[in-house]
Amino acid sequence: MNDMESIYTEVITEHSRFPEHKHHLEQANCVAPGRNPSCGDEITLELNVREGVIREAAFTGVGCAISQASTDIMIDLLQGRNVTEARRLAAKFIAMVRREITSEEDLEELGEAVALQGIADMPARVKCAVLAWHTLTEALPDS
Amino acid sequence: MPETQSFLKDFPLLAQSRGDRGRIVYLDNGATTQKPESVVQSICHYYGGCNANPHRGAYALSVQATDIYEQARVRTAQFIKARRPEEIIFTKNATEALNLVAYSYGLTNIGEGDEILITIAEHHSNLVPWQFVARARGAALKYIYLEADGNLSAEDIETKITERTKLVAVTQVSNVLGLKNDVAGIIKKAHSVGAVVVVDGSQSVAHMAVDVAAMDADFFAFSGHKMLSPMGIGVLYGKYELLDKMPPFLRGGDMIEYVGEQEATWAELPMKFEAGTQNVGGAAGLTAAIDYLEKLTFEGIEAIEQDLLDYALPRLRELPFIKLYGCDSGQNNKTGIITFNVQDVHPHDVATILDSYGVAIRAGHHCAQPLMKYLGVNATCRASFYLYNTREDIDRWLAALGKVRGVMHLE
Repeated sequence: MNDMESIYTEVITEHSRFPEHKHHLEQANCVAPGRNPSCGDEITLELNVREGVIREAAFTGVGCAISQASTDIMIDLLQGRNVTEARRLAAKFIAMVRREITSEEDLEELGEAVALQGIADMPARVKCAVLAWHTLTEALPDS
Repeated sequence: MPETQSFLKDFPLLAQSRGDRGRIVYLDNGATTQKPESVVQSICHYYGGCNANPHRGAYALSVQATDIYEQARVRTAQFIKARRPEEIIFTKNATEALNLVAYSYGLTNIGEGDEILITIAEHHSNLVPWQFVARARGAALKYIYLEADGNLSAEDIETKITERTKLVAVTQVSNVLGLKNDVAGIIKKAHSVGAVVVVDGSQSVAHMAVDVAAMDADFFAFSGHKMLSPMGIGVLYGKYELLDKMPPFLRGGDMIEYVGEQEATWAELPMKFEAGTQNVGGAAGLTAAIDYLEKLTFEGIEAIEQDLLDYALPRLRELPFIKLYGCDSGQNNKTGIITFNVQDVHPHDVATILDSYGVAIRAGHHCAQPLMKYLGVNATCRASFYLYNTREDIDRWLAALGKVRGVMHLE
């Protein structure tokens, strides 16, 4: 009940219902599929990476609110960043939902993605939150 | 109508209060059932006082362990009306039992150009092994699809069982749609063309009286853990004449007759199919589960599940945001499995929110991805009832369902 409010915040439900980046990307040159076979979450991440910078990103797929919102928020955060930076932030996000990093100051640079911090209390849903971020590390070229 | 509340006291896990959420409303019985105290005690009794390796030691304790194990076989044979105990092979679960048939019977008897016929409503455990056999032997894997109401297509049953069909695999009750299939009718038709039939009894055997002889099944598989028993004990029933001719599935200790340097001969049934030390504690639990079920009678169990269904379905239909699957069968063959979706909310989010109200349901593809694709859905929610569920459980489930869309900021 109360813990539900901390998970399904406005940020999460808005991003899952109206994902800005959920579309096909014509100019994609880095594409990776991500799946959680046990629950059926499926995304395909499409990136346009030039000169080591993520110029544009988008995704398609189906899944729960957590997986879809997490993907949309991730793209918001990483568009325009260089590949090294994106990898570092993805690692930080994964560390956050594993509760390896908890300091508010440390997490500040994750922006809206901090809304998913509470997932750390729901082991069954962690995989939904990290799907996009693991898929990103697969999709990115070596920096 | 038995007083279901009284059964709760037999199930320690269900009876205990879990903090603020109270007693758990456990509606995931299609995945596994809870265990009555008598089953838990039977396992403690076995390991606490009777444990030895059966069939081996020439001492009293080993004989006692052997008796417990073989008694479970006799009781299981009686339970599903097998003609003889040797027709009962213990496995670790239904999946292993179905793989035994696929590897041993399937690879030996199915060849190029033959057809294997299964239904689109099969659980992966009665589907993926047949994909394997079909590929390995160059056979075709064909499907019986569904009528609009979720029942198996009568036309497909009529036209797809042909002279080329060597094996038909069908579930007695769909784990998603909860509909009973007319397996006896399919078996009769399959036998008329010389095909053998493998029945998946995982969703039926705990909920209705099963008579493998009357239905004339060639093979019948189920898991103990879906019928009050511990995990790790499962059953394959096979007709003696078929099992006797089949090669072993797993090779090693206990399943041999003589072993030379280069060759070996096999033990008689059922030992031929039970290589290595078996799950005797699990078999003891299975016996206790059968005792419990027979005391209640399947008439009693069916009455409880029917009452829950009759109570839940009209109330669900009143909720405009609920979509039901498999709940409009015209054949009076619905069991206590209700598959549904909440409008605009993914099943996993539904399950998480219900969990916060102490209600446990299943969400996902239910190990039936081809069926999900056929139904045009990515995932669904499933509530499945058992003998210890009550109308109060249904009330709590429905009340929690009413909160879901609010939590998701949809209302």
